Amino acid sequence: MDKVLEQITDVLTNPRMHAEFLDGIWETVYATVAATAAACLLGLLLGILLVVGEKDGVRPLPAPVMKVLNFVINVLRSVPFLILMLMVLPLSKVLVGTRVGTIASIPPLIIAAAPFVARLVESTLREVDKGVLEAAQAMGCSPFQIVWKVILPESLPALIAAATTSFITILSYGAMAGAIGGGGLGKIAINYGYNKYNYGVMLVSVVLIVILVQLIQSIGTHLALRLDRRVRLAEKKGRLREIQKKERTARRRPGI
Amino acid sequence: MIELRQLSKTFPTSEGSFDALKDVNLTISDGDIFGVVGMSGAGKSTLVRCINLLERPSSGQVLIDGQDMTALAPKQLRQMRRSIGMIFQQFNLLMQRTCLKNICFPMEIAGMDAAQARQKGMQLLEIVGLPDKAGAYPVQLSGGQKQRIAIARALASDPKVLLCDEATSALDPTTTRSILRLIQDINRRMGITVVIITHEMAVVEEICSHVAILDHGRVMETGTVEEVFQNPQTEAGRRLVYPDGVRLDQLSAANVVRIAFNGGSSYEPLIASLAIDCGVKVNILGADTRNVNGQAFGTMLLGLPQDGTEAAKALAYLRAQPDVTVEEVPDYHG
Ligand SMILES: Nc1ncnc2c1ncn2[C@@H]1O[C@H](COP(=O)(O)OP(=O)(O)O)[C@@H](O)[C@H]1O
Ligand SMILES: [Mg+2]
Repeated sequence: MDKVLEQITDVLTNPRMHAEFLDGIWETVYATVAATAAACLLGLLLGILLVVGEKDGVRPLPAPVMKVLNFVINVLRSVPFLILMLMVLPLSKVLVGTRVGTIASIPPLIIAAAPFVARLVESTLREVDKGVLEAAQAMGCSPFQIVWKVILPESLPALIAAATTSFITILSYGAMAGAIGGGGLGKIAINYGYNKYNYGVMLVSVVLIVILVQLIQSIGTHLALRLDRRVRLAEKKGRLREIQKKERTARRRPGI
Repeated sequence: MIELRQLSKTFPTSEGSFDALKDVNLTISDGDIFGVVGMSGAGKSTLVRCINLLERPSSGQVLIDGQDMTALAPKQLRQMRRSIGMIFQQFNLLMQRTCLKNICFPMEIAGMDAAQARQKGMQLLEIVGLPDKAGAYPVQLSGGQKQRIAIARALASDPKVLLCDEATSALDPTTTRSILRLIQDINRRMGITVVIITHEMAVVEEICSHVAILDHGRVMETGTVEEVFQNPQTEAGRRLVYPDGVRLDQLSAANVVRIAFNGGSSYEPLIASLAIDCGVKVNILGADTRNVNGQAFGTMLLGLPQDGTEAAKALAYLRAQPDVTVEEVPDYHG
C-alpha cells in the first residue's frame, strides 16, 4: 500500500511523468476524437441505409443489398475487438505506414466501432414517429428530404446521445489497443503500470480515463437534453436521470 | 373532383390476403365536405390513404380532376401530393420544430423563398387563430391547438383538397366542435374540398354535405347527409344513424298491434332489441304503462312496418317474448 502511495506521489511530482501523462491524454483524446468522428460518419450513413432501405422503409433497397449489409455489420460486431484490431493492423500499415502507435490504432478503431454506431443509429432513427414520416410523405417530400429534413432533425437529440455513447466506447477500445501497440493512456497503464508492477501509474491512468468519460458523458447528455424540444424545462431533470440510466445499460454490452 | 373507380385494396396477412377495400366507387365534387363514416376497421383510413396514394390500391383508379394518381411517376406524384393537404388523429407535427417552422415545412419542401414562406406562415397562424404561437414548440400546445397548427401546415401548399383522417377523434367534444367549425370555415372561404374520415356520425351531421357509409371495405350507401340520415337504406347505415336503436317518429303505421306487459322488464329495451335483433323499426302509437319496481305493466299500441315480411318478423319476435301478450288491432284509426 505504501508502495502504491509512493508511486502515486512520484507520478504527481515527477515532471518526466507529467510529460508522459500529458502526452498520453493528448494521444487518447486525439485518437478517440478522430476515430469517433470517422466512425460516426460511417455509422450514420450505414444506419440511415438500414432504416431507409428496409422493405417498408422510405426508400426500399433491393433485399440482397440489405441482407449483405446486415450480415457484414453483424460479423464485424461479433469479432472481439482485440482480435479485430490484430486482423486490421496490416491495413494500418498500408494506410498510415505503421503498425504501432496512436495513428496506427485509428483505422482499426473505426472499423471496429462503425458497425456498433450503425446499429445505435439504426435504433435511434427507428424511434421517429411513423405518423410524422407519413405526414411528410403526404406533403410531397422526396426520400432524401424525408431523411434530411425529418428523420435526422427529429432524432438529433438522440443522435447526440448515441455519439456520446460511441465516443466512450471508442475511448475504451483505444485503451485496449494500448496492449498491442496503440498509444495513449491505455499504453501507459499497461506498459509503465501493469508490466512494471507500478500500480500507482496504472491507477492514475485509470482515474484519468474515468474523468474523461464522465466529462464527455455530461457534455453529451446536457447537449442532447438542451436540444430536445419534446420535453418541457420542468421535466428535463427527470429525463436527464432517465437518459443517464439508459446510457449506463447501453455501455454494458458484451465486446466493449 | 375526386373519383374513386372500382378501388380495391388487399393486404397480405399471415392468414392469407385481407380485402380492406372492395370495389369502392365514389365521386366527391369540388367544394364538398364529404364524410366517410364507418365502424373501426371498416377501411376508412385505407380509403383516404389511397386518395393521396400513401397506400397504393391493388386495383382500380383514383382520379383527381381527371388525373389518375396511380399512373403518376414518383416525381409527379410528389408534385400532386402538394395539392392535397392531410391532417391526422395524432397531429403528426415535427416535434423539434416551432409551430411557425412546422407550417413553413411544406413551403420549404417546395423550395419557396424563406422570407416569403415565413410571411405566409404568419398569415396561416392568424387564420387558425394562434398568432401568438409562432415560436412555441408542439409539446407546449393542447391537442386542439396542435390540430390547428396541423391544419395551417396542410393549407400552406394551397391545396385543392384537405383529407382529414379522424382529425377530431383525439379531442374533447368542445374542441371537436371548434375544429370542425374551422374546417367548415376554410371550406367556405377558400373553396377547398374536404374529405372527412370519422367513426362518429355526429361529426358528419355537424359539417358534411355528403356522406358515404363504409362497412367491411365496401361502400354501403352514399348520398346527401339529409338523405342518408332520414332514411338509411342499409343495415350498416341504420347502425350508424341510430346507434341506440330506432328513431320512432318517421314511420307510417299500417298494421297495428296492442301488446300488454305482464310484469316483465320495462318496455324500452324490448323496442330497442326488436330493432337490433330483427332490424325492424316499429312506431309507438300510444302507451299506458307503469313501471313498478323496474317491472312493466300496462298496454302499448305499436305500428308495424308496411312491408309484410318485416311486420311478420316483428310480430313473431314480440310473440316469443315472455310476459308479453300480443293482440292485433285490425281497424285502428289514429
Ligand atoms: N398494412 C396493413 N396490413 C394488413 N392489414 C391492414 C393494414 N392496414 C390496414 N389493415 C386492415 O385493414 C382493415 C381496415 O383498416 P383501416 O383502414 O385502418 O380501418 P379504419 O380506419 O376504418 O378503422 C383493418 O382490419 C386493418 O386491420
Ligand atoms: Mg382509421
